Amino acid sequence: MTLLKTKIGRRSFLKTSTAIGGGLMLSFSWLAACVSDPKRVLTMPEEWFSLNGYLKIGENGLVTIISPNPEIGQNVKTSMPMIVADELDVDWTNVIVEQGPLNTDIFTRQLAGGSQSIRQGWQGLRMAGATARRMLREAAAKAWQVPVEEVTTKEGMLLHEKSGKNATYGEMASAAANIPVPEEVELKNADDFKIIGTPRKNVDGLKIVTGEPLFGLDYRREGMLTAMVIHPPAFGMKLKSLDDNEARNMPGIKDIFTFKPYEDGHVKNMFDASAFTELIAVVGNSTWEVMNAKKAVKAQWEPFEEYADEFSHYSDPSRKIAKRQPAGLESSARHAEIIAEYSSKPGNVVRRDGNPELAFKQAAKVIESQYFTPFHAHNCMEPLNFFANVTADKAELVGPIQTPEFMEKSVAARLGLPLEKVDIQMTRMGGGFGRKLYGHYGVEAAVISQKMNAPVKLIYTREDDMTHGTYSPAFHALYRAALDENNNLIGFHVRAGGIPESPLFANRFPAGAVDNYLAEEWSYDSNISVGAFRAPRSNFMAAAEQSFLDEVAEAAGKDPIKFRLELFERAKNNPVGENNDYDASRYAGVLELVRDKSNWSEVQPGMHRGVAAYYCHNSYVAQVVDLEMKNGKPVIQKVHCAVDCGIVVNPLAAANLVEGGTVDGIGHAMYNSGITFSEGKPDHSNFNTHQWIRHRDAPRAIDVHFVQNNTDPTGLGEPPFPPVMGAVANALYHATKKRYYNQPYLG
Amino acid sequence: MANFNLNINGKQHQVDVDPATPLLWVLRDHLDLQGTKYGCGVAMCGACTVHLNGTAIRSCQLPVSAIGNGSITTIEGLSATGDHPVQRAWLEQDVPQCGYCQAGQIMSAAALLEANPQPSDEQIEEAMSGNICRCGTYVRIKQAIKTASTLKNSAS
Repeated sequence: MTLLKTKIGRRSFLKTSTAIGGGLMLSFSWLAACVSDPKRVLTMPEEWFSLNGYLKIGENGLVTIISPNPEIGQNVKTSMPMIVADELDVDWTNVIVEQGPLNTDIFTRQLAGGSQSIRQGWQGLRMAGATARRMLREAAAKAWQVPVEEVTTKEGMLLHEKSGKNATYGEMASAAANIPVPEEVELKNADDFKIIGTPRKNVDGLKIVTGEPLFGLDYRREGMLTAMVIHPPAFGMKLKSLDDNEARNMPGIKDIFTFKPYEDGHVKNMFDASAFTELIAVVGNSTWEVMNAKKAVKAQWEPFEEYADEFSHYSDPSRKIAKRQPAGLESSARHAEIIAEYSSKPGNVVRRDGNPELAFKQAAKVIESQYFTPFHAHNCMEPLNFFANVTADKAELVGPIQTPEFMEKSVAARLGLPLEKVDIQMTRMGGGFGRKLYGHYGVEAAVISQKMNAPVKLIYTREDDMTHGTYSPAFHALYRAALDENNNLIGFHVRAGGIPESPLFANRFPAGAVDNYLAEEWSYDSNISVGAFRAPRSNFMAAAEQSFLDEVAEAAGKDPIKFRLELFERAKNNPVGENNDYDASRYAGVLELVRDKSNWSEVQPGMHRGVAAYYCHNSYVAQVVDLEMKNGKPVIQKVHCAVDCGIVVNPLAAANLVEGGTVDGIGHAMYNSGITFSEGKPDHSNFNTHQWIRHRDAPRAIDVHFVQNNTDPTGLGEPPFPPVMGAVANALYHATKKRYYNQPYLG
Repeated sequence: MANFNLNINGKQHQVDVDPATPLLWVLRDHLDLQGTKYGCGVAMCGACTVHLNGTAIRSCQLPVSAIGNGSITTIEGLSATGDHPVQRAWLEQDVPQCGYCQAGQIMSAAALLEANPQPSDEQIEEAMSGNICRCGTYVRIKQAIKTASTLKNSAS
């Protein structure tokens, strides 16, 4: 049993009891779908009692658990409340889940990013459930005049064995709400979990399959106007002049105007990234009318002069970082020249172990390969959008946002309102993948609403969304490996770079497993805006590194899994350097699991296999791809996945995320066109030319296996995505006898 | 602007809109039926799939003036309580991740099963490849279509 100091103060409890005590919406349809006995009658409680900001208990025993973090499809709206419910000790079928609003007084890190929701929420969620359970027990002890130690709980019931007394949580909720918050609480042992570790269906499942309006794009308000923005057609350009005479007289159009999403001199936070300083707003009554008027707006654009943006540091906002925005209309042809130049000269040395130069000089065999991926657009199925209703003294915003706290700050700064006058409600997101970390579209909605003095919903068209930027950068990596005459890996060299950012992780595998190691990086400024994209940088480095290791294993005449396991053995027993960013045992563990589950040594006839393993965002994933050539086309018959993310909170959703990440990774590496540029203009603006993985390209089956352990849980939104790219490249190699260095492999 | 009488989910609706307005935006902006999603506007992603006389079509490319007496079914009208075999199968397989594309996937799948109650893997892939799922739930969708096929055939 773990004793934990509670961090849930009375102050936050008092605040929440007023903030969320009333006006409750109960979804009976959801209840009907989830309760084990559909005949059971569930009625809405007349009163709710908040025991802390995460939960409230109705007098009839129903429990509402607030899910604090944004839901982007990673299923935290189900799995975070499961953690609270387990420590509270209630029957999951009596739990209703509500999306929490942004409330920094109660919740910490309401952010969907870095696969951290479960990992960083774990302790706080458990504490919330355990604290409330303790308060209920104390209330019962007081009522029954018995020691609190003798009061036990079982699925929403309080029990006193000696006297035979019992009560439901609902009956004791009112008294418990007046119990002082305990200073410390006991947490369950992992072996005692009843909900954590069991498969639970998506709490929004029925709403999704019946088409309920859950998403930002679905949000409506009486009297709401629709707005769209026009951004420059090319990176490196700005607005020169605007002719809106025709457009403004079109049916349903209310106004057309130019505006700056961020004022000049505004110190941006890292999620304020935007390539375009001035936009044109088109505002009208309906989407179709605004779309038509948008096409009729005649704007002239001109190249801008170089300028500098100032950003505040993520963890230390007092630190300011200048970012150069170079002038010029960039093209992918020019980018290729830059990459060729920079990758062929020494970069900045980030890590150096032993004497790599000597190792390469003495090597019996040197293997060298280069890898590339273009810029990528996130292409969330729900394009960027946000609702804003700005009045004289406050701003109300509703929509899809991975970083509500940052958006609140940016909106407050832009409108000149105090933080507490900006209210952000999070809707379910139609995908995030990192794109909805960058909340400029919420700020834009707020500015437009303020100007129109009306509630406004800003909508990006697919074309706006795909060409607005905040892409994953273009990345390149050069790898070299030195083998001695006995085929031992004696030297390893990686030189990675990108436009405008380097993808290098200098301390990741195989650093720590090779005596002589050199990691260098380079970058080249660009005015094409970039941002985090599902497993940023890892999503390229895993593909490159894992393809390269396959090539090295082949050159060494070794089985690719045995080759990696030998290196992990070295890193485990006698690591090189001290700053190695992985646990070699857990890394080897997923490789061994996938080896066993896939029957690695027995390849089915006609099947070609590739393997890869990677560690990022605190979780370990290994994948084996089984690929068959049919009529000259690769068909992936099966992907075997082995995952170590510690305790698996919800195995059903976890497997879904691993399957999704696997499909996305295959699509990203094999089919996704990426974004290339001509004269600053993105070459793709919609799915008519932009290729994406589809049903026919997806694996026929995906098997997911989790390592069983009681390690605190880590996330899954990102980790399954990067390694499969290497596994599929390696399987393709065996199928076609050709190595795949440039993404998309089938491009 | 012009008046149109539309038969949607078994009910008559009257709208006064530009005749070129795609059905998608009539549903979403004028009839408050937000289940049908906007994804690309060029019939390449399938998020806006509805049924016109039982056939799956992309509502972003169907001008309201072209519907005439056609009968439209949207995700909201697929069943009264979410108990269409395809919806039940989707819940059973716990298909959705973000969920945004799923209405379109379900409408495509329902139309497929109407036309072909026991589709092969290849037929499912062919019929469903116009619907993008950004989260990558394709494997579960295929399982759910097979589950729905079983549910449907055992019911009839």
